[in-house]
Amino acid sequence: MILAKALMPSDGLQLICSIALIVLGIAMFLTVYRILRGPSLPDRVVALDLLAYFATGAICIYSIQFGRSSLLIVAVVMALILFLGTAAFAYYIEKRANP
Amino acid sequence: MNMSELLTAFLLIVGSGFCMIAGIGVLRMPDLFTRMQASAKAGTLGVGCIVLGVATNFQDLKVAAEASLIIAFLFLTAPIASHLIARAAYFAVDTKNRRLEHDELAGCYDPDTHTLASERPKDGVWVRRDVQEIDD
Repeated sequence: MILAKALMPSDGLQLICSIALIVLGIAMFLTVYRILRGPSLPDRVVALDLLAYFATGAICIYSIQFGRSSLLIVAVVMALILFLGTAAFAYYIEKRANP
Repeated sequence: MNMSELLTAFLLIVGSGFCMIAGIGVLRMPDLFTRMQASAKAGTLGVGCIVLGVATNFQDLKVAAEASLIIAFLFLTAPIASHLIARAAYFAVDTKNRRLEHDELAGCYDPDTHTLASERPKDGVWVRRDVQEIDD
């Protein structure tokens, strides 16, 4: 298997990638706090959805920082799968409300 | 840094800033539905900006196609997902008993089949049970 050649960004862009990853990490911590705290189940589902969005964004930033564009496939799959989990949670929450 | 890297850096900063706003909104907002607004709008916009930054960084047709695929999936599925969650949470047991500030949907849902009417039926058949209890 032939890996694509890494297109390394310049030092300034790498610094900005690190800053963006740190900011995304802080936002992830806030969201995880809401998952742990969240008073009801829909709150937790919304926060979990947002956490998956942040993970997609973090994969994209990683692919810039290491110059590997092949990592983007993971983000495509994640953007597809993420919807199914939320839809399933919504279906069962509504089922539980009116059995 | 040349021009395209400057554009990438700008998009990354803006995208992560919107993601941070979404995180703060989910943490600080008082209600489920306001939290959902912060999550759906700001989160989608932030991740969309980051993916656009990937497309401007690599300047390749394959990467641009994948990036537009990600943006299309996110922008198609995020409103549907938040609509489903909001609808389920409106019916859910643990948020049904909490009184909302404005409940403009009160009485517009059929309590058995969950069909939505645009206004309250005249004969009052579709009034939700908990609304009746609050009025009593």
